[in-house]
Amino acid sequence: MRTIHDIHGGIHPPERKALSRPGDLQRAPIPPVLVLPVRQHLGVPALPVVAVGDTVMGGQLLAEAQGVMSVPVHAPTSGTVAAIESRPIAHASGLTDQCIVIQTDGDDHWLAFEGITSWRETDPARLVERIREAGIAGLGGAGFPTAVKLSPGPARSIETLLINGTECEPYITADDTLMQCRADELVEGAHILAHILSADSILIGIEDNKPDAIARVQAAISRAGATIELATFPTKYPSGGEKQIIEILTGQQVPSGGIPADIGIVCVNPGTAVATQQAIIDGKPLTHRIVTLTGEALAAPQNVSACLGTPITQLLEHAALSAEAQQRIIHGGPMMGFAVSDLNAPITKITNCLLAPTATELPLPEPAQPCIRCGHCAEACPASLLPQQLYWYARAKDQEQLAEHRLFDCIECGACAYVCPSQIPLVQYYRAAKGQIRDSEQEKRRSDNSRERFEARQARLEAETAAREAKRAARKAAAQSQAAKNGSDPIQEAIERAKARKAEQEPNP
Amino acid sequence: MSLLRVTSPHTSGQGQVMTVMRDVLVATLPGVLILTAYFGPGTLINIVFGGLIAVATEYAIMALRGRDPRVAISDLSILVTSTLLCIALPPYAPWWLIVIGILTAVLLGKQVFGGLGYNPFNPAMVGYVVLLISFPVQMSAWASPRGLTEVPGLADTLRHVFAPGTIDAVTAATPLDLLRQNTGLLFEDLLTNSPELTGWGGIGWFEVNLAFLAGGVWLLYRRIFTWHAPIAMLAALGACALIGYDGGSSESGGSALFHLFSGATMFAAFFIITDPVSSAVSNKGRLVFGALIGALIYLIRTLGNYPDAVAFAVLILNFCAPFIDHYTQPKVYGTGSPES
Repeated sequence: MRTIHDIHGGIHPPERKALSRPGDLQRAPIPPVLVLPVRQHLGVPALPVVAVGDTVMGGQLLAEAQGVMSVPVHAPTSGTVAAIESRPIAHASGLTDQCIVIQTDGDDHWLAFEGITSWRETDPARLVERIREAGIAGLGGAGFPTAVKLSPGPARSIETLLINGTECEPYITADDTLMQCRADELVEGAHILAHILSADSILIGIEDNKPDAIARVQAAISRAGATIELATFPTKYPSGGEKQIIEILTGQQVPSGGIPADIGIVCVNPGTAVATQQAIIDGKPLTHRIVTLTGEALAAPQNVSACLGTPITQLLEHAALSAEAQQRIIHGGPMMGFAVSDLNAPITKITNCLLAPTATELPLPEPAQPCIRCGHCAEACPASLLPQQLYWYARAKDQEQLAEHRLFDCIECGACAYVCPSQIPLVQYYRAAKGQIRDSEQEKRRSDNSRERFEARQARLEAETAAREAKRAARKAAAQSQAAKNGSDPIQEAIERAKARKAEQEPNP
Repeated sequence: MSLLRVTSPHTSGQGQVMTVMRDVLVATLPGVLILTAYFGPGTLINIVFGGLIAVATEYAIMALRGRDPRVAISDLSILVTSTLLCIALPPYAPWWLIVIGILTAVLLGKQVFGGLGYNPFNPAMVGYVVLLISFPVQMSAWASPRGLTEVPGLADTLRHVFAPGTIDAVTAATPLDLLRQNTGLLFEDLLTNSPELTGWGGIGWFEVNLAFLAGGVWLLYRRIFTWHAPIAMLAALGACALIGYDGGSSESGGSALFHLFSGATMFAAFFIITDPVSSAVSNKGRLVFGALIGALIYLIRTLGNYPDAVAFAVLILNFCAPFIDHYTQPKVYGTGSPES
């Protein structure tokens, strides 16, 4: 048995996971219009390769990746490209982004795909390429391009592939459902990923509040006759943070500012493993994902497999939303999710949950009271930070002390704000402070740049002047030496010549 | 439908400043009851009268500062400050002593720094120390316990408080006073000669300390504060007393048990040094904070001029708290070997 380590801090908010009936996967209807942002991942947006009016088939490439930190976008069904324009996207700041809008035709015609069944004999580099072409970005929430994660570089040798089936956020059951319904695909996908990484071992970690998923995955491992280790551990938020699950299962900590590959671990979401399996075995690109629709404002909370690009409003309608006068729709979970500002925004590769709570279910915070330094936040912090010190320094905009107290090691899990008796929106202070620090760093970079440019220009001008001077001096020296050779004074001669010319031009009196 | 836009997290725990303060008030009840049982209703009068003055002062100041005074009152923090100070004051203290103490605590201890959360010093201890230095006679007139003399009734108590001097106060030296004034007796003989010193901490005092210990354990159970500061303080005080106890000569400072269960020891450990605002912030810091207070209490009790030492020790360590914080930052995830 693996030793399960404890992480510092953590909280036990009400889980409310049964509400969305994990394990019972429904299909969301294909909406009349799909809105596909060209950036559903972390990195450079994809470049549209279709034009307005084009007919597209399911699985067809709509936008291609631009560079390494980018993944393509594919059509989740057949239809016509109705527009390529800026549309509201699901973003914490309510931004718009370029989207490919598809008028679906309801026929759901698909391209034929060809998989790589002999993947064990295939060059890992080719498999990584296939994963990139399939448009796979981490489905856990960050949307990091999977192909990049699978290329940790020759300097890092990967020992363990870790499938993170923690899903510690309250309410969300998308991974739980996926692990229950697609356990065999998960196991095969894990093998493919381990093959690509040449990882020695595969470890699947699941919190002990998901007995059904644990049983199904265990059965799938047995069926595959695989040597995959399934580890379960006590439920606590935020055990599912990448750094946290690594400490829980290995006792090791990812170095500050580093990545798990630095300690020989690559950590992926189960959804990503299943998408990999589909991309390699079936040759199918990532066009759908499982989304938890939950909250007491929904009459029919459930888990659905939905087309990427489905407008949020369609899914809420499907789950029978009876909205309050002031309805909060949360993209993600109650701890780290953000409130959606436009229901026409679509779901993307990172949408694991849409939460529609009632006001009594998740009451709005009371007005913040003064910090009484009780220290509950420091006890809850999974990163062992001192949240209240960070709060004071954030308020004072003391960037030096914020760095000293390691603001950037904050994972914004919200545990501190959850336990705060004064209801201070601590995470919001940290986000703002991080933004300010990034801004001032950028400002500094800019001013450094312009100073360097100015200095370079100054140096160039000086060099040019010096060169001119040198040339002039050389000419002068040459002329003088010429004159010395001829025995005449060139300046005197020039004056003579000028006088003669003047005399010629002046009319005679 | 209009969409509500707020930032994460979208849920929060049950904790509130008001419930924290309420629990602290509730936890003082056993101690207050035992004080009343042994020393009469003086402490109760202190608490009620002092509480009224404190609430009125806080209300007025918050109104002057342009804040909603009802919000400030409703978090109950002002009642915690006044109750803790009034428990520390001698029962049957004259009314003006209470008024001066409360005004000092609320104005100089708390509000001049910006109110709740901003005070670098424990406000109750600020009030106490100002009184102790300014009015040593009144402050050292502690009531004599039931069993030695008659304890005054409510009417007499009120007369003591609001018409001081009209009747004779019944005061006695506290066990810590006796120890302080002792010059020639062995500790054992002192115990036999002084009826006040019966029991581990003296008549009444042992029980009072036990009651505050019980309240403190309940607060620990309620997770109002962590064990670090109180346990460190008690351990350091006990350790110092063990080292300083030479078997009971007249020079001796009293046994460890005597120090732990006499005077304001338990009250300080669980109600005074656990004030989060003015203490160190990390658990490691609170260990240092508590231990230094324990050691200082012992040193001032045995070597200083005052019989008890809690207020001075706490204020001195309040000064040191930011310094302690600086050197006791916890190891952040990923910056070294994990904490065991």
